[in-house]
Amino acid sequence: MKLIENVSRHISRRGFLHGALAGGVFVLSARFIPEPLWAAEGEAAAPAFEPSLWMSIASDGTVTIVAHRSEMGCGSRTALPLIVADELDADWSKVRIDQAIGDPKYGEQDTDGSHSVRSSFDLMRQVGATGRAMLITAAAAQWGVSPKDCTTEPHFVVHRSSGRKLGYGEVAAAAAKLPVPKKEDVPLKPRAEWRYIGKESNSLFDLPEIVTGKAVFGMDATMPGMVYASVEHPPVLGQKIKSYDDKAALKVPGVQKTLTIKTFKPPHLFQPLGGVAVIADNTWAAFKGRKSLKIEWDSSPHAVYNSAPFRKTLEATSRQPGKVVRNVGNVDAAFAKGGKIIEAEYYTPHLAHVSMEPPVAVAEYRDGKVLAWAPTQNPQGVQETIAGVLGIKKEDVTCHVTLLGGAFGRKSKPDQVAEAAVLSKQLGKPVKVVWSREDDIRFDFFHSVAAMYLKAAIGPDGKPTAWLQRTVYPPINSTFDASATYADDEMGLGWNNLPFDIPNHRAENGPADYHVRIGWLRSVANIYHAFAIHSFADELAQAANRDPVQYLLDLIGPPRIVSLDLKGDEAEDAKSYPLDTARLRRVVEIAAEKSGWGKRPMGKGRGMGIAAHRSFLTYVATVVEVEIDSKGQVHIPNVWTAVDAGTIVSPDNIRNQFEGAAVFGTSLALFGEITATNGIIDQSNFHNYQITRMNRAPRHVEVHIVESEAPPAGVGEPGVPPFAPALYNAVFAATGKRVRELPLSKTKLV
Amino acid sequence: MIRFKVNGKEKTFDGDPDMPLLWYLRDVAQLTGTKFGCGMALCGACTVHQNGAAIRSCTTPMKEVGGAEITTIEGIAPMHPVQKAWMEIRVPQCGYCQTGQIMQAIGLLKDNKNPSDQDIDTAMSGNLCRCGTYQRIRAAIHQAAKHQAAKETA
Repeated sequence: MKLIENVSRHISRRGFLHGALAGGVFVLSARFIPEPLWAAEGEAAAPAFEPSLWMSIASDGTVTIVAHRSEMGCGSRTALPLIVADELDADWSKVRIDQAIGDPKYGEQDTDGSHSVRSSFDLMRQVGATGRAMLITAAAAQWGVSPKDCTTEPHFVVHRSSGRKLGYGEVAAAAAKLPVPKKEDVPLKPRAEWRYIGKESNSLFDLPEIVTGKAVFGMDATMPGMVYASVEHPPVLGQKIKSYDDKAALKVPGVQKTLTIKTFKPPHLFQPLGGVAVIADNTWAAFKGRKSLKIEWDSSPHAVYNSAPFRKTLEATSRQPGKVVRNVGNVDAAFAKGGKIIEAEYYTPHLAHVSMEPPVAVAEYRDGKVLAWAPTQNPQGVQETIAGVLGIKKEDVTCHVTLLGGAFGRKSKPDQVAEAAVLSKQLGKPVKVVWSREDDIRFDFFHSVAAMYLKAAIGPDGKPTAWLQRTVYPPINSTFDASATYADDEMGLGWNNLPFDIPNHRAENGPADYHVRIGWLRSVANIYHAFAIHSFADELAQAANRDPVQYLLDLIGPPRIVSLDLKGDEAEDAKSYPLDTARLRRVVEIAAEKSGWGKRPMGKGRGMGIAAHRSFLTYVATVVEVEIDSKGQVHIPNVWTAVDAGTIVSPDNIRNQFEGAAVFGTSLALFGEITATNGIIDQSNFHNYQITRMNRAPRHVEVHIVESEAPPAGVGEPGVPPFAPALYNAVFAATGKRVRELPLSKTKLV
Repeated sequence: MIRFKVNGKEKTFDGDPDMPLLWYLRDVAQLTGTKFGCGMALCGACTVHQNGAAIRSCTTPMKEVGGAEITTIEGIAPMHPVQKAWMEIRVPQCGYCQTGQIMQAIGLLKDNKNPSDQDIDTAMSGNLCRCGTYQRIRAAIHQAAKHQAAKETA
C-alpha cells in the first residue's frame, strides 16, 4: 500500500498547493526564458528558467524543492536542493524534497555521467537566489523600505537598520504576486556566505528513512490490484520462443497464468528481451512457477559467443592498426629511430553491475496511457522506451522515480519497466516485474570486455619519446546501432586525452562485434583505459629504473593546459574544464605525501602503487598498499586518494563516494569477471560473481579533497578508474609480478 | 496453519509452506524494510531476527517459522543505538542493504558488547554493500557499542 500512500500524498500535496495558492502559498509562477544554461542537445534541451518548476513556499514556511535527478546513492537528490536552499537562504530543516517525474521541462534527467551537480549548479543557484530576491522585495514593500536595505537570515527577511524580521512563510503570498526578476538583477551569494554548499554538516536527506526501513525503493513500490511477474528471458540474446509448456508452472500455488513477451529485433535499445512471464499472487509464486516452465528456444547468431576465443579475436585486432582517435607528432618515425622499445598487452573482462536492488518496476496500462513507478536513473528514457514499445505517445507515459537501491549505470536502461507496461497491457491490471539476482547478472547491459595494446620507445633520459595505444572492445553504441563496431563516446573516457608530456603519441581504436547487450558501468571505459595506461606507465618507470611517483610526475610534465582536438560535448566541456596538468600533478603529490610514499618501510610481500586519472572532469590520484599473504591472497591495509573535483557541495558525501569507489575498484580488480559459453552467461549469483565483502575490502581508505573554486566536476564515478592500476602496481612492487589482466584472482601470486 | 509472531504481533499463515519468510514479510505482511538481494543467503539484505538471532529470511521457509518470534527493522524502536550510530557516521549511500546491515549489527552487539575489528569482520562479511560503505559500517558498530554501554551504565 506504500505506493497508494505515495500517490495520494503526491496528489493531495499538489491539491494542497493548488488550493492553498489562493490562501497564500508562494509559487514562483511567472516565466521568462533566459539564455540556455547549457548547450541544447536532442530532445532533452536546456530547461527554461521557470522557478515555479523547482520550488514553492507554503504559508507555514515549508519550502518544497524539486529534485529532478534520481537518488542512486551518490547524493544528487540531496545536493541539488541544498544548492537552491543555500541561495534562497532557507532553513534546511524546513525544506522538503519533491522527486520530479520524468518530464523534458526539467531538462535532461538521466542521472549518469557524474554530472548532476555539474550540469545543474548554476541553474539551482539562480532558482534559489531569485526566490530570495522576491521574498526581500515583498517584505520591503510591506515595511515601506528599499529592498537594498534588507537582507536575509535563514528563513527570514531582515530590515538591516531596524532589525525587523518577516518569516518566509509570512511574505510568500505577497512574493508570489511579484514579477520574476531578470537574471542580471538577481545577485548570487559570494562563496564566503554559503551556508550549505561545501559544508561538513550536510548529510543525506533520506538518512532517517533509510536507517529505519521506511525509505521507498523500487522494490517497495506497489499499486492497488497489482499482480507479480517474473520473466524467463531467452538465454542467448535474440532467441525467440519456439514452443513452451506451462502446465507444471500453472500448478504452482499462487500462479495465475503465463504470458509471452516478444523478442525485439536489434538494435536492442532498452526494449524488453522477450520471453515467458509467469503472473502470480506474489513474487515467490512467480519465481517458483518459472522454475517449472519448459521452453524451447530457436537459434540466435549470438550462440557463437565464447569468451576464450573471443579474447583471442580482440587481442589479434589490437595488434593491427586501428582508427586513429588522437595523433601528436609521428610515433612511427620515432619508433623507427630505435631506442628501448617496450610493448605490453592488457585484458579486462565483462563486468555486471549487481546493484543490491535487482531491476524491478510496477506499471499500469489503462486507456492508452501508462503510469509507472521505478528505480530509474532515466525517467524520460522510461517514457521513450514504453512509448516506443507500446506505440503510444511518450507524453502518455508518467514515470515516478523511487529511491534506487544502487544503479551504477544499469538503471539508466529501463527494459524491466517496459516489461511491466507490456504485461499490464495484456492483463488489464497493474503489474510488478521483479528480476531475480540471476536475471540481473545474466541479462545485464554488460560493461564491455576489452583488449589493449601499448608500445613505447624510451629515450636516454628514461622518458618515452613515443607512445602508441590501441584499444578494442564491443562498443556501447552496438546497443543502439547493431552495425556499430567502433567506439564513440568511450574515446573521451580516458583514451583521446592522455595528459602525458610525450612528443609522439597516437591513440587508436579497433573494431569488435557484440554478442551481449553492452552498457555503461560506473566510470565506463575509463576502467579498462586507465588500467592499461597506468599499468603501462608503471612498466615504463620500472624499465627506466625510476621511482613510480617521480616518473609519473615526469610523464605528466610541466603545469600546462593540454591541447586536445575535441568535438561536440567534449569541446564544450573543455571550455570550462580545460585539462590542467597542474591539477593532476597536485593530486599525485598529495596522494604520495599522505601515503608516506618512499618513506614507509615495506616488508616482504608488501608494496605500494600509484595511478592518477582524470575522469568526469575530476582529477584523482590513488595510492594503494597491498600485503600478499603466504597463500597469495591480497590484502589492502591502506588506500590514499586525493581528489580535485572543483567546487563541492557535500564533502562528507564525497569522502563516502571515494571510499566506496575503492571497494568497487577492489571488486573489479580482485574478483569481477563475466564470461559466456555458447552465448549463455556463465555467472548467476554472488557465489560465482563475487563482489568485495567486508573482510576483503580495503581496511582504511583516506580521502583528501583539494580545496578549489573551479566549477564543480563529477564525484560518483572518478574514484574507480585509478584504483585497479594502483593496486596492480602495488602487487608488482610487492611481488615483482606484472599482471596484465583483470581480475587478479585468475593469477597465482605465490 | 503456521502460527508465529512478527514484531510482537500474532500472525498466521496458510499459504505455500515453502515460501521464504522474506516474501511473506514483503508481499503478504507489507513490511518492506526487509530487502531482497539474492535469494540464496549470499548477501544479507534480507536479514531479520528469529528469536533474537540474525537470520537470512530469503532462505528461511515459512514452515520453519512456526512458534518463532520474528523481528524486522520495523520492529526496532528508533533510534536504536545502532541506528543512531549509522546516522552519526553517515554510513549509507543508496541505503538498500542498510536495514539488513543494521539488523546484523544489532544481532552482533547483543552477543558481543564490545566487538573487535576482527569480530565485526566475521559477523558482517555475509552482508554485501555494493556502494562499499564497509569502513563506515565498522566505525558505526564501534560507535554503537559505545552508545549501548553508555545507555546501560546510565
